[in-house]
Amino acid sequence: MRLWGVVSGVAWRTLKNVITTPSLLLPSLMFPLFFFVAFAGGLSQVQNVPGFDYPNGYTAFQFVFVLLQSAAFGGVFTGFGVARDFEGGFARRLMLASPNRTGIVIGYGLAAILRWCITATLLTVIALASGMKVGGGPVDLIGLYTLALIINICGFFWSAGIAMRLRTLQAGPLMQMPVFLLLFLAPVYVPLALLGGAMHAVAKFNPITYALGTGRGLLAGDATQVGLSFGLALALALVFSVWALRGLRSAEAAG
Amino acid sequence: MSSPLLTQVGALAQRSIMRTARQPASAIPPLIFPVALLLMNSGGLKASTELPGFPTDSFFAFALAVPFIQGALFSTMNAGTDLARDIQTGFFSRLSLTPVRGSALLAGQITGIVVLGIVQAVFYISVGLLLGVRFASGPAGIALLLVYAALVAVGFGALGSFLALRTGSGESIQGLFPVLFVFLFISSMNTPRDLIAVPWFHFLASINPVSYLIECVRSLIITGWDARALALGFSIAIVLAILALIAASWALSRRMERT
Repeated sequence: MRLWGVVSGVAWRTLKNVITTPSLLLPSLMFPLFFFVAFAGGLSQVQNVPGFDYPNGYTAFQFVFVLLQSAAFGGVFTGFGVARDFEGGFARRLMLASPNRTGIVIGYGLAAILRWCITATLLTVIALASGMKVGGGPVDLIGLYTLALIINICGFFWSAGIAMRLRTLQAGPLMQMPVFLLLFLAPVYVPLALLGGAMHAVAKFNPITYALGTGRGLLAGDATQVGLSFGLALALALVFSVWALRGLRSAEAAG
Repeated sequence: MSSPLLTQVGALAQRSIMRTARQPASAIPPLIFPVALLLMNSGGLKASTELPGFPTDSFFAFALAVPFIQGALFSTMNAGTDLARDIQTGFFSRLSLTPVRGSALLAGQITGIVVLGIVQAVFYISVGLLLGVRFASGPAGIALLLVYAALVAVGFGALGSFLALRTGSGESIQGLFPVLFVFLFISSMNTPRDLIAVPWFHFLASINPVSYLIECVRSLIITGWDARALALGFSIAIVLAILALIAASWALSRRMERT
């Protein structure tokens, strides 16, 4: 009960802040839509490249990338909020008032999930309205959104860990640049087999590559490497949860 | 007694350049970020050179044009943010009490942005040459590219100054960044316009002036001397520069009245 009180309080406040502040809400809604439009619209001819074998078309191919990207950045943007709360002194008062401080991290995390749900809903509606083909059944789609949800949690734990260690919004680039690089060093525009040279070598060792491949497979109803993708994503979530909780201890130690 | 205009412009330009050079957060992203995006996109979209009608077999050479315009967008933000900071901190008000002419203030600010634009262009050209791009237009084309980069920097720098003088807020300028980015992404930055298959995207890319700014640079890199692409690119850059300068001068005079 003590834990849930903190979790729900922090989550509600964070979510309310985001929803009632257009400068916080709009970028997280607009950027994924904008990327989706730019990639699915501007690059649709890429599906005619020899060897491009995704059956559901380029819109669906890009939808999965943008969905995972929105999930990761939904988490990172919530990390910005954590940094802002520390910078403004609110987080220190929050720590003094909380009977269970782990609940603070979980509360922010819950807000990250709920915030991303808004983006994911809007993105999905627009993708379907623009004629995206869906080949997967309900179980496949639940799998796709669950995978994205785990990536959302990873993004949040990563950025929250940094926010609680550095406790300043100036750490923003440090929170988002690695995530941005990880996402774009995956097969964003074409399947892994069509990537050449150094990009192919890097993408092979990038966990996002497997999440993308499985996500695209789930949307098409023909998923591969499901265990590996979920295993990698869950392992990352676990590692970053430890990272975030140790960040909390670091913030506690700093007073 | 006012000092000569050129001295005033020189002093303000030097201040603008030194301020950018002393802030790594302002100087480095316009150099590194466009090149990083270029490298990632080149790796990811290399396969699209196999599309029938794609104008080159090197996507890196095709996309090398993009950083020139992306860097100019960063210049807009830098020019605007710096000027907005001057307004917010009161530097602008104090300067307006001195004999410095308004035109010198604007010219000095934009000269600083032009120098940064040329530094960026030299950097992008060097990266291209180091990674094996052969400029189809040769050394003369590279020289013309530097002139073009300066012209584009005038336009975008004046645009940033106009926005700063109108809003007087650095945060508002930063908030406009996504809007400017939309122009970049809804253009022919990743695909030649005649290969864009989605009709509405093709239409938007065709009415987007950024497409022609990019295609002008691209023509010098992969085509050679394409009179049409050069004429369109230079015309748009000149019109943008003139309109942005007029708008910035007007905003400056309004701001001076209020100060």
